[in-house]
Amino acid sequence: MSTRRLIPGSAELRAEFPILAREVHKRPLIYLDNAATSQKPAPVIAKLVECYERWNANVHRGVHKLSEEATEHYEGARAKIARHIGASDPAEIVFTRGATEAINLVAQTFGRTRLAAGDEVLITALEHHSNIVPWQMICRERGAVLKVVPITDAGDLVAGAFESLLTPRTRLAAFTWVSNALGTVNPVVEMTALARARGITTLVDACQAVPHFALNVRSLDADFLVFSGHKVYGPNGSGVLHGKRALLESLPPWQGGGDMIASVTFEESTWNHVPHKFEAGTPDYPATVALATALDWLSALGWDAVAAHEHTLLAAAEEALGAIQGVRLIGTPAHRSGVLSFTLDGVHPHDLGTVLDRMGVAIRAGHHCAQPVMDRLGVPATARASFSVFNTLEDVAALAAAVRETKRLFGA
Amino acid sequence: MNDLDDLYQEMILGHARQPRNFGALAPCDRSAKGHNPLCGDRVTVYLRMDGERVREIQFDGAGCAICTASASLMTDGVKGLARPAIERVFQDVHELATGKSDGSKDLGKLAVFSGVSAFPMRVKCATLPWHTLLAALDSTSAPVTTE
Repeated sequence: MSTRRLIPGSAELRAEFPILAREVHKRPLIYLDNAATSQKPAPVIAKLVECYERWNANVHRGVHKLSEEATEHYEGARAKIARHIGASDPAEIVFTRGATEAINLVAQTFGRTRLAAGDEVLITALEHHSNIVPWQMICRERGAVLKVVPITDAGDLVAGAFESLLTPRTRLAAFTWVSNALGTVNPVVEMTALARARGITTLVDACQAVPHFALNVRSLDADFLVFSGHKVYGPNGSGVLHGKRALLESLPPWQGGGDMIASVTFEESTWNHVPHKFEAGTPDYPATVALATALDWLSALGWDAVAAHEHTLLAAAEEALGAIQGVRLIGTPAHRSGVLSFTLDGVHPHDLGTVLDRMGVAIRAGHHCAQPVMDRLGVPATARASFSVFNTLEDVAALAAAVRETKRLFGA
Repeated sequence: MNDLDDLYQEMILGHARQPRNFGALAPCDRSAKGHNPLCGDRVTVYLRMDGERVREIQFDGAGCAICTASASLMTDGVKGLARPAIERVFQDVHELATGKSDGSKDLGKLAVFSGVSAFPMRVKCATLPWHTLLAALDSTSAPVTTE
């Protein structure tokens, strides 16, 4: 990794991303689908390779040197990731395949033991399917009720609705920090405080927050926090569940298998300590080690610089797209981060996505795994541009030019 | 941009803007809903039958240009046909859209979907109305999905 501080949007920083050197349909790649998955900087890719070339072994198992080293790197990554999110205890970090698996883990352990018939789980209308469906499944199984905080036309949570939906039967409130479809930044600190004051457990989906600003689980004070590594410049298949230690210890294990046990006989097994109790089977340890590298790489840019750059890009995109007749921005939340959803009159987002792709501009077109958000705002789908530290104002200009070209092609 | 022009030929854009046979058919003998979860395309096909032949066919829903044009041209093309003939036309359209056609068959206006073959991610948009039509013929009540 460069010892000089890289500047977001600079040629030097862009050079860290090997994929940006490739062309798409004979045009330079303009990647504006970062909210779906981020591209990976060279140090992250190098770390994956290094794990396989130098320390490949099963963690926590061998007495041999390689296993010892692999375990050191794996547990070192846990400590590093704990520091990055402000957790005081690495044992509070459970590694998962991603946020989806982390939420399912909580649903299947907390949900299965703490939800009774008539109890309530509160989510919001901004959630990704991964923070809806696991709760639907466990609520159905337990006879519990899923309640939803509504949103305004602008894409903000209706003021006061979260608090008024917290009832004596609410056992868990699960909500996203940043909406993946609209970019809405929720007042999560206030929300966790409101829940905590009523003794209600909280889960925060931080997938779209972690790539964009520093977070601290102690000041947030959620009981659970989840994020995916692949959305924060890390590898696919890496993810994090942060849970308060006493809470994690009070939960039953989820999946059974190797590593999660203390002892096994055919009559009975006993469980390993947290976090290993929740990590059955051989983990993707290289992905986890490289996730720690990704967080090192990102935070070394300086969070103020990251925020300032991404704010500049979002503001420029809002202005450039807003200036095109027929473009409608979907969602105008009070606080926005990372993504801009829009439609073009007379052109379905899927067609828009295809034309943009042919011009080298990669965006997401569809419902963004948030069908209820689309239904609420009365659109079948949107086009979504999402930004990262390597994007530039030239990328924004190329996006706007491609949208104008689509308009011309469709006579819209 | 040539393959874009092949995909979005004037006939496709025209049918997407002003689809033929659009709107619910009530009452109808058979109907089915189709959904492409990838992009949110939704289409419902309504049939009035004359024995085993399609006498009247309409569709509604919200979809991309390829899906809407495909439904429009499909509804124009299958009136009077029974299921075996419809399956043959669909197979020909499918081969065309996936680049497997040898070009020997005369598909009439449906030949316009040859441009889809350069866009593998869009094949499902063109085939959703056909799958939905087949489901309507079977009168399945479960929604059809492309996934």
